[in-house]
Amino acid sequence: MPESTFEPKIVAFFCNWCTYLAADSAGISRFKYAPNIRVIRVMCSGRIDPQFILDAFAKGADGVLIGGCHPNDCHYQEGNYKCLRRFNLLKRVVRQMGIEDQRLRLEWISAAEADRLRVVVNDMVEKVRALGPLNWSVAPEPLAPVHAAGELRVLQEVSR
Amino acid sequence: MFEQNGSVRIGVYICQCGTNIAATVDCRAVAEAAAEFPAVVVSRDYKYMCSDPGQSLIQQDIKEHQLNRVVVASCSPHLHEETFRKAVAVAGLNSFYMQMVNIREHVSWVHANRKAATLKSIDLVRAAVRRVARHRPLERGRVNIHPDVLIVGGGIAGIHAALTLANAGKKVYLVEREATIGGHMAKFDKTFPTLDCAACILTPKMTAVKNHPNITLWTYSDVSRVDGYVGNYKVQVTRRPRYIDEDLCVGCMECIEACVFKQPKFSDEFNLGLGKRKPIYIPFPQAVPPVAVIDPEQCIQFKSGKCKKTCVEACGDRKAINFGQQEETREIEVGTIIMSTGFKTFDPQRIPYYGYGHYPNVYTALEVERLVNASGPTGGEVICRDGRKPKTVGIVHCVGSRDERTNRWCSRVCCMYSLKLAHLVKEHTGAEIFNFYIDIRTPGKGFEEFFQKLLNEGVHFIRGRVAEVTDWALDPSEENKLVIRVEDTLSAFVRRIPVDMVVLSTALEPQEDAQDVRRLFNIGCSTEGFFMERHPKLAPVSTFTDGIFLAGCCQGPRDIPDTVAQAGAAAAEALALIDAGHVEIEPNTAFVNEDECCGCRTCIPMCPYSAITVNEIRRIAMVNPVLCKGCGTCVAACPSGAMQQNLFEDEEIFEEINGVLSYA
Amino acid sequence: MSAKPKVAFYWCASCGGCEEAVVDLEEKILNVVEAVDIVLWPVAMDFKRKDVEAMPDKSITASFINGAIRSSEQEEMAHILRRKSQFVISFGACAQLGGIPGLANLSDRASVFQTVYRETPSTVNPEGVVPQMEHKENGFTVTLPGLYETVRTLDQVIDVDYAIPGCPPTANLIEGAVQALLSGNLPPKGTVLAPDHALCDECPRKDTRPEKLLLTEWKRPHQVLIDTETCLMAQGLLCLGPATRGGCGAPCTKGNMPCTGCFGPTSRVRDYGGKALSALASIVDSNDEAEIARIMDKIVDPIGLVYRYSLAASRLRRKKMEVNA
Repeated sequence: MPESTFEPKIVAFFCNWCTYLAADSAGISRFKYAPNIRVIRVMCSGRIDPQFILDAFAKGADGVLIGGCHPNDCHYQEGNYKCLRRFNLLKRVVRQMGIEDQRLRLEWISAAEADRLRVVVNDMVEKVRALGPLNWSVAPEPLAPVHAAGELRVLQEVSR
Repeated sequence: MFEQNGSVRIGVYICQCGTNIAATVDCRAVAEAAAEFPAVVVSRDYKYMCSDPGQSLIQQDIKEHQLNRVVVASCSPHLHEETFRKAVAVAGLNSFYMQMVNIREHVSWVHANRKAATLKSIDLVRAAVRRVARHRPLERGRVNIHPDVLIVGGGIAGIHAALTLANAGKKVYLVEREATIGGHMAKFDKTFPTLDCAACILTPKMTAVKNHPNITLWTYSDVSRVDGYVGNYKVQVTRRPRYIDEDLCVGCMECIEACVFKQPKFSDEFNLGLGKRKPIYIPFPQAVPPVAVIDPEQCIQFKSGKCKKTCVEACGDRKAINFGQQEETREIEVGTIIMSTGFKTFDPQRIPYYGYGHYPNVYTALEVERLVNASGPTGGEVICRDGRKPKTVGIVHCVGSRDERTNRWCSRVCCMYSLKLAHLVKEHTGAEIFNFYIDIRTPGKGFEEFFQKLLNEGVHFIRGRVAEVTDWALDPSEENKLVIRVEDTLSAFVRRIPVDMVVLSTALEPQEDAQDVRRLFNIGCSTEGFFMERHPKLAPVSTFTDGIFLAGCCQGPRDIPDTVAQAGAAAAEALALIDAGHVEIEPNTAFVNEDECCGCRTCIPMCPYSAITVNEIRRIAMVNPVLCKGCGTCVAACPSGAMQQNLFEDEEIFEEINGVLSYA
Repeated sequence: MSAKPKVAFYWCASCGGCEEAVVDLEEKILNVVEAVDIVLWPVAMDFKRKDVEAMPDKSITASFINGAIRSSEQEEMAHILRRKSQFVISFGACAQLGGIPGLANLSDRASVFQTVYRETPSTVNPEGVVPQMEHKENGFTVTLPGLYETVRTLDQVIDVDYAIPGCPPTANLIEGAVQALLSGNLPPKGTVLAPDHALCDECPRKDTRPEKLLLTEWKRPHQVLIDTETCLMAQGLLCLGPATRGGCGAPCTKGNMPCTGCFGPTSRVRDYGGKALSALASIVDSNDEAEIARIMDKIVDPIGLVYRYSLAASRLRRKKMEVNA
């Protein structure tokens, strides 16, 4: 895909009580932001299973944004902390898999922070756009294993 | 999945919302795209899906096309999810076979590019179609509503709500943190625009609260813990010691008279420091309850233990004074809660160039309320701190309101109370009054007429935001005066107006501890910090926490009539719940697939409500659906996928992910 | 009655442990041999590829294939066996989930060659020769199978009917699978032939886990004197039993070692590592970001922990390729 036509696909998981409401509020305030995110609503950021995020990347998301209530402000007391714990370990796994940090973000955005939602989404879209497509859904596997001619050259470069 | 579940028949409805959606999203194109999605039998767009004809359209299709799933793409589910759930239920479908897509707040209102907005809508509809095919029929659980009500804050809002509910036969706990109820209104002199005496209309209601058999009034008390859920809140109230036994004190004030301090010496909070009181005091003569309170920071008995205790002597056989009184906690159970915690006034020291705290003759409006009040510290005489009777007075509007540097909002009441104070000060002193305003806002019954009356009384109005209040005299006429520097924007030049007294019309702000209180009650605040209503128009006294309602200025600045109306509305909402006797709860609770659970107990510490326990016989986890609030945190933690959440099952969410990402 | 059911055993990228597992059936293997004809078993018997190719399609009742697919030869054999067999069964963790060889997906072919043929201390290869797929000398052409960039599970290459999990599968499961095949009493296609609940269910330590277990520190087996009766998680060890399918009879936890997850996830879990990390992270006893990070720092190789056997079967399957077309 040529760079100029690349539109990042961002899957967002927003908790019902803070970030989803912030997005509603951004709408009511008619704030304009990039149309690249697709919001999936969950009741609490604590419901977000790391599997969802891995699945989203595997299915072609260029970025995943998690939105929850600020620390101390979880509608369910501490679901956001559970999210924070999982996010920390997931981030390490995702990093090990070679996915850039900017592609996976956790942001606390309260219902009152419609403008922050706008800023975060725009910022994330731009950063992911700069990184280019992740293309995970496109298998990197060549049809035939070619490690004949070209292989040595590559190896020499690697060993240099 | 569609192959396995061949019976799924989905109807998709794209709402144009007039032009709210249609202006940015090509609704027809979305409907046409959705028609191609698997299992979609009907797909339409329509002007207003939430209207009667819109709902009937769905209902007819359900019957005609044997639909068993419905997707409505319109506004936020926070607005109309219930509407459409009911609509499909009327046609005989389980309410939870309906899935909403938010293409207004999340699409048409936030994007400008029509093509991108349309594509996004198609993705979101695809996700919903895939998801709804996975939905299962659910039944709502019921919980009973405890008939008692807690009201937090005893200002006019709390008082009115308490009386309304108590008169309807409901038991009310009214908790107030000050020593008396009455709130800000008790400090006002007259009320705009009718100039009724505030005390004359308020104190009878305060007394009614005290005498009402259905109201338990706890002043000098704080709510310290809130547990439970709609209909079944368990609340802990901490009653601070006032060192006077409320049941024994008759409010005779003899103890105050007898105090070893012959003269009042300490700053009087009720009069905002303009007057003095003793260590033992009653905040104001009509205080409710009419019970004295001792300030242990000032009382000699507390400081040295060596007081003659003349107060105890004066109290005599009543034995109401109890230096050993301790803090007490009370546990109560209530079904509903009304928050009426009020506001705080803006601290004008945050705008140093207005000189408050620096020049003694700069006052806040609330201080002037006390000055003009016949029961105030000066007996209703307007005498400045330096002893002067003002001949000229400047009233500065919008102090801490409509200002990027402080608060952006309009505090709504300042224009009117400024006019009222202009009238009252003029009446009391005959002074010449200058109002400095940005706009005069008088939208209310009789408000504009009141403004006209003031104009006729010869009060001056200068349009311009005051730049500075200074005592730097540039000519002899300004000597010993406070000079107000302002650009008169109607005549377009800068003026200096020397006055004797400056009144700052300070803004209304959220209470200092609004954030803590919000967390305590698990409700939200809007951007500016006032408690957030469930919907600004359709649910203005409800919160996002079922069973908790808002009344008065804790939700935003408003005047007394609006506060009373809102308090009535909050009481009515509580009554509606109580009289129904029960409420249906969302079925989005977690559940354990019992055959699949290995009993590893990972889920148990996830639950903040202790809803998950180990079944000792089967050695697996069990969820109590009444305690579960449906956050799903245990579901994400369950390592073997045995725990699931109704309406948010793993497979439903995976389908949504699939749906939003399977675009070309 | 001429024909006993024909059975094939084949190995792809694996260590040979799965073959051992068949032998571990001990005397029961005699029952198996009595009931079936083993038509292919490279580790035990001499068969040529062309013999297999010559078999009629679907003539083998069941092929048990162990090992992951990472070379062209393995892929070809998988396809041939699929054609010749009525049932294909992924045998063991490598075939089912990629297994230990699947961890090569954290790398790529060039780096694998670099390490194996040049960098390991025991390598003597002054000319830096790496395997070539084709080599011509004196008019003869010698070929070698090619190595893929990515290790795949068997079901990512061919249609697979059932899986027997484990590294290696335990005797009871193998026996059960053979019985099921012989009796024709078969579960729905795609079933993993093991119980569908997690290991804790059969772990003797199960009831000793506290109801509300939260941890501020992870420990590794060599750092503690392991109590033989208490839940290993309760002792701070990273035991993956709660996330791992049972059926093995818990030999590891019985032997004082934490479960490392070789049986893979239950049927309800799509990504073993994702779920396992969620469960582990959930019980970290801190709400403070820095403190959480400090506790997680103890997990030196997160993927090696939560995807030890299942990286190739995970949602992401492999590390992002540096050169992406």
